[in-house]
Amino acid sequence: MNPSPSATLTWTPVCRVADLLPERGACALVGGRQVALFRDHTGHLHALDNLDPFSGAHVLSRGIVGSRGGEPTVASPMHKQVFSLRTGACLDDPAVTVATYRVRARHGVVEVAV
Amino acid sequence: MAVRAGRGDRVTRLVVAGYGPAAQRLVETLRERRFGGEIVVLGEESRPAYDRVALTTHLTEGADLAYPVPEGVTTRLGARVVSVDREARAVLVEDGRREPYDVLVLATGSAPFVPPVPGAGLAFVYRTIDDLEAIRAAARGARTGVVVGGGLLGLEAADALRGLGLETSIVEVAPRLMPRQVDEGGGAVLKAHIEALGLAVHAGEMLERIEPGRVVLAGGRELAADVVVFSAGVRPRDELARGCGLEVGERGGIVTDAGMRTSDPAIYAIGECALVGGTVYGLVGPCFTMAEVAADRIMSGGAEFGGAETSTKLKLLGVEVAQFGAMTGALDVVYMDPVAGIYKRLFVSDDAATLLGGICVGDASPYTALKGFVGKALPAAPSDLLFAGSGVALDLPDEASVCSCNNVSAGTIRSAIAERGLTEVAGIKACTRAGATCGSCVPMLRQLLERSGVEVGKALCEHFAHSRAELFDIVRVRGIATFSELVSAHGRGRGCDICKPVVASILASLRGEHVLSGELAALQDTNDHFLANIQKNGTYSVVPRIPGGELTPERLIVIGEVARDFGLYTKITGGQRIDLFGARVEQLPLIWKRLVEAGFESGHAYGKSLRTVKSCVGSTWCRYGVQDSVGLAIALELRYRGLRAPHKLKSAVSGCARECAEARGKDFGIIATEQGWNLYVGGNGGFRPRHADLLVADVSTEELVRVIDRFLMFYIATADRLQRTSAWLESLEGGLEYLRQVVVEDSLGICAELEARMERHVAGYFDEWRAVLDDPDKLRRFTSFVNAPGVPDPSIAFETEREQIKPVLIPLEVSSR
Repeated sequence: MNPSPSATLTWTPVCRVADLLPERGACALVGGRQVALFRDHTGHLHALDNLDPFSGAHVLSRGIVGSRGGEPTVASPMHKQVFSLRTGACLDDPAVTVATYRVRARHGVVEVAV
Repeated sequence: MAVRAGRGDRVTRLVVAGYGPAAQRLVETLRERRFGGEIVVLGEESRPAYDRVALTTHLTEGADLAYPVPEGVTTRLGARVVSVDREARAVLVEDGRREPYDVLVLATGSAPFVPPVPGAGLAFVYRTIDDLEAIRAAARGARTGVVVGGGLLGLEAADALRGLGLETSIVEVAPRLMPRQVDEGGGAVLKAHIEALGLAVHAGEMLERIEPGRVVLAGGRELAADVVVFSAGVRPRDELARGCGLEVGERGGIVTDAGMRTSDPAIYAIGECALVGGTVYGLVGPCFTMAEVAADRIMSGGAEFGGAETSTKLKLLGVEVAQFGAMTGALDVVYMDPVAGIYKRLFVSDDAATLLGGICVGDASPYTALKGFVGKALPAAPSDLLFAGSGVALDLPDEASVCSCNNVSAGTIRSAIAERGLTEVAGIKACTRAGATCGSCVPMLRQLLERSGVEVGKALCEHFAHSRAELFDIVRVRGIATFSELVSAHGRGRGCDICKPVVASILASLRGEHVLSGELAALQDTNDHFLANIQKNGTYSVVPRIPGGELTPERLIVIGEVARDFGLYTKITGGQRIDLFGARVEQLPLIWKRLVEAGFESGHAYGKSLRTVKSCVGSTWCRYGVQDSVGLAIALELRYRGLRAPHKLKSAVSGCARECAEARGKDFGIIATEQGWNLYVGGNGGFRPRHADLLVADVSTEELVRVIDRFLMFYIATADRLQRTSAWLESLEGGLEYLRQVVVEDSLGICAELEARMERHVAGYFDEWRAVLDDPDKLRRFTSFVNAPGVPDPSIAFETEREQIKPVLIPLEVSSR
């Protein structure tokens, strides 16, 4: 699900942790890629590709964050398909998965590796 | 377009003589089953088929009874068929036109029986909308009315006359009212009810003659009568059949076999004109069944009409009357309470084991519970069954008929619930048609849902076991201010795209804070989050408020300039405003700033909230207008702007009865009258169109606003998630009458609170766009990229079509379904 750990990772700082509202996404532009960033209610960070594979629009960062069972989720704002924030798997359509990216907080700054 | 009708027959042209409910059902069924031939319907009346069962509501409430005109069918109105040429297979229409047929269906209905008494020409009959209009016209300036006939239709006619303000008497030749539905005991209780309403009942009396201003009874007694209405039974309209030599019954009615075919195999007869199995049926249920049988036969099926139960349940003049099964039996059990006006009687077999039938006056609950058990073992002791609320739980047998109008059994409904996962009555109506005609079985449908283990439309989602209305009350009573507080105390998990917007809406309705304040921001759908409407390529559209659709040239120019400067696609909306498309997230505040400076504000096109109040041009300019519809529309739009609700709210005001603003297609629509305003509620366009119902008539502006305040706040407090007022109104037990009791008569004593809540909303209103412009914290969120605030989203691209932009979409790598 995540890129191979053996590869050398380049971490790009994108914003302060405080810039991310709890349970609301934001989008960062990293090396030409649109990365949807989420901070869940426990403070954990998640990063998915921003492209909604169902609509073809770059909008996943604008979906509603929540949970299904124990899984933290985001629902596409376009047609409400729900994706796991941890794995990128679409929970409404097992054939569809969006890419996940590595994300971490260092000294109050959010960093992404693509 | 010929269709092979099987067995070598080819039905290419079907002609239907008559355009009432039976014809309507026939044509609908044929269309549903993809009958490929041509269908021509010839109606004698000047209007398409309508719901005769609800005729009185047309008179008293102005209800629109028209059935939808079926698609792909030629209908000719005012086209009475005068003869049938069976040899040439053609009918002759009054206007001289000939209509050839391969198959002819006679659905000519019945005609009211007019007793041959002197002066009968002075009286009216009660069958068509035209009859009602004539009665209404005659009632103007009249003081007294007499209805001849105390049966079901007679009581309806009496109710109508009373509704028109006439002092009304009923003359019935039988010794009691409704002699076909109730026995002597029930008749006495019924009579007491009717007399208590101020109507005079003369049972066991014969009409002798009618004179201007009065009727004379057989004994010489006279009753004052400015308006006389006959409701003394009906006769089948079989004159066409007689004229062309088809077999008719001794006492009238066109003889058919069980497949509804007459003595000429190319001709069918259905509805009240048909005599099938020796019986002419006057209730709508059997007539629908006949139409379905005939449709099946025309499509080469083998359906048969196997008789019909004629049980009845109705509420007339506020009194419930019901009869089911037999009206005699070896044994009977009677419960009578003359003080409360209740009479209930059950007939059982001589071993007291089998239920045979029953009669109810004043309380029809045994009908609902027991009709399905006729001919079967009694489910409990008869005396228990007669006491409402005795706690006897009954499970209807599968073959029991639940909806008599559409002949739907309990088993059919149970399988529909199980197979299609239905959770509400509306779903049952849509799938099985049960409850869709007279509605008397709706309580049974609800019971079947509950017994099937469906928690009827309750749990909102996996995070809350409550309905929206329950959450509303929890938030209101406990003063809850945040989603976190609510979900930790009353739910589980962290919410989802279903419950979060619901809670956001409840908090907005009750507390009126900015939707992007604090934790609220995380609850909003993207539209509310960006105060604009997301479009298919991830851009947004912007709709400034244009109250009542009135706009100065200067402001119109500003909109044009903003659209031009930001390169936005521009379109006029259905709600009399202007929609500007193609704005990126970071452009939204810049666009709002320009609009706000010119005096515009948010139009809430993005919210589940009041959208627009449309208006026609009204009395200021229009030569027909009777009131200032534009002025009222503006006042209402400014009063209710920003009001968050379970779903969007639309409104309109028409300045006269021509209704150019289409107010009856709105959640609340107002139509001007000479005396004031009529308020209609629960209308809808869209997927399931519905005409709004008249809630109050001829009220002043002040009273109008008071009732709308209460109506909206009651809806907001009690509706389900995403339930428009139309579906909400239909789901209210007691329907329109109940709504009227609550918001007009204040039967729950909550109107002061509802009004106070609306006053708080009106006083607390502010423009959401301006509030974002004034708050740097909120403003910061309007960027495409958190790490590159000035950079536009490179994936958004446009091409040109008809001189405006149009989104270019990325080809999808993943395609689903």
